[in-house]
Amino acid sequence: MITMNKVSKRYGSFQVLTECTTHVNKGEVVVVCGPSGSGKSTLIKCVNGLEPFHSGEITVNGVSVGDPKTNLSKLRSHVGMVFQNFELFPHMSIAHNLAIAQIKVLGRDKAEAEEKGMQLLDRVGLRAQALKYPGQLSGGQQQRVAIARALAMDPICMLFDEPTSALDPEMINEVLDVMTELAQEGMTMMCVTHEMGFAKRVAHRVVFMDHGRIVEDDNKDAFFANPSSERAQQFLAKILQH
Amino acid sequence: MYEFDWSSIPGALPFLIQGMGVSLEITITAIIVGIIWGTLLAMMRLSSIKPLSWFAAGYVNLFRAIPLVMVLLWFFLIVPHLLESIFGFPRGSDMRLGSAITGFALFEAAYYSEIIRAGIQSVPKGQMAAANALGMTYGQTMRLVVLPQAFRNMVPLLLTQAIILFQDTSLVYVSALADFFGTAAKVGDRDGRLVEMLLFAGAVYFVICFAVSQLVRYYQKKLKTA
Repeated sequence: MITMNKVSKRYGSFQVLTECTTHVNKGEVVVVCGPSGSGKSTLIKCVNGLEPFHSGEITVNGVSVGDPKTNLSKLRSHVGMVFQNFELFPHMSIAHNLAIAQIKVLGRDKAEAEEKGMQLLDRVGLRAQALKYPGQLSGGQQQRVAIARALAMDPICMLFDEPTSALDPEMINEVLDVMTELAQEGMTMMCVTHEMGFAKRVAHRVVFMDHGRIVEDDNKDAFFANPSSERAQQFLAKILQH
Repeated sequence: MYEFDWSSIPGALPFLIQGMGVSLEITITAIIVGIIWGTLLAMMRLSSIKPLSWFAAGYVNLFRAIPLVMVLLWFFLIVPHLLESIFGFPRGSDMRLGSAITGFALFEAAYYSEIIRAGIQSVPKGQMAAANALGMTYGQTMRLVVLPQAFRNMVPLLLTQAIILFQDTSLVYVSALADFFGTAAKVGDRDGRLVEMLLFAGAVYFVICFAVSQLVRYYQKKLKTA
């Protein structure tokens, strides 16, 4: 579904990504982790072309992301993305947030888009909030709406960029529960997250990054039981103490 | 001691209202055109296409560095000739209002574009990323997500600029156009009651501008609590 081959990127003289190669198969859940500043977020933003990269190749469902001839808007319309800071549109009601891209990008009619939006709100347990505005919801609720908004586009895969990092601790689980459910239904997912419990529960593979390189790319059990690099061992030792 | 005599004002009211009509016509047209052209300039300025960005920067810097009176005079002197030669208008037709409006609109666009640029930059970058990630094109992202939020933040500044613009319309006296101020001065001259007329005109400007600025304050308060 997603393939990355020797992807490199720099900001000026600073090398953010160095020859990153990995892939996500259909129906697979891949968790990307690593210390902050290791390039995880940049990597996942390259997948739908939000961040340009300088060399290497990324394909999503066979379409090359870096090719100037690719219609990026069209590609993004079926790759869902969830951001650390939710990024709901604050000037629109929750129902409108869910409907707008369906109408403007997919060309669905208003009634159909609203119906679809309501179904998905139901699914994340927020149907009662449809007429409110994002600012009236808690962080956890906003993030669940953001997931519903991405799902409303019927994505072929979902990208999560630290979806729980901006949340109060007691709200993390409500978001992880929605993501777990999604994974169990067979959604193809690439998640940048520090939630190792989530990774242990639902991930198929774990990609570990450090200084812009992919240091480990292994199936979950092998990664947690026996990380091969010293850097990953240190990282796990620190993060799993909690 | 000077003896005030306000008796010439009631009789002059029809002229003054007409003059106010001209002032408002210039103000409103210049605001509308200025905001549209200013939005385009702001988007050019923020564009990654260098020539567009340079053009917008040059335009803004030019208009912000010359006095409004000079811009108005230039347009008063140049635009009629241009229109005559381009559209074949008969020589000597009165285009003072048209050239004044053009001058104001182009001049104000430079100021509006700076306000709008700041407004666009006040919208978090993540909003643009989220709109793009949903498959919206650049145009859709701007129109549906970024500009509505930018304008909502900008309304107080835009209104404040509108007040300044309304006051500045009095400068069209350089082209002897009968706006509110020009009419008041003319009537005052005619009746030998210039002091009273100008005091009266000043009071009217004050009432209108003060009312609008109170509106701005009210809106700012509302914006803060929302």
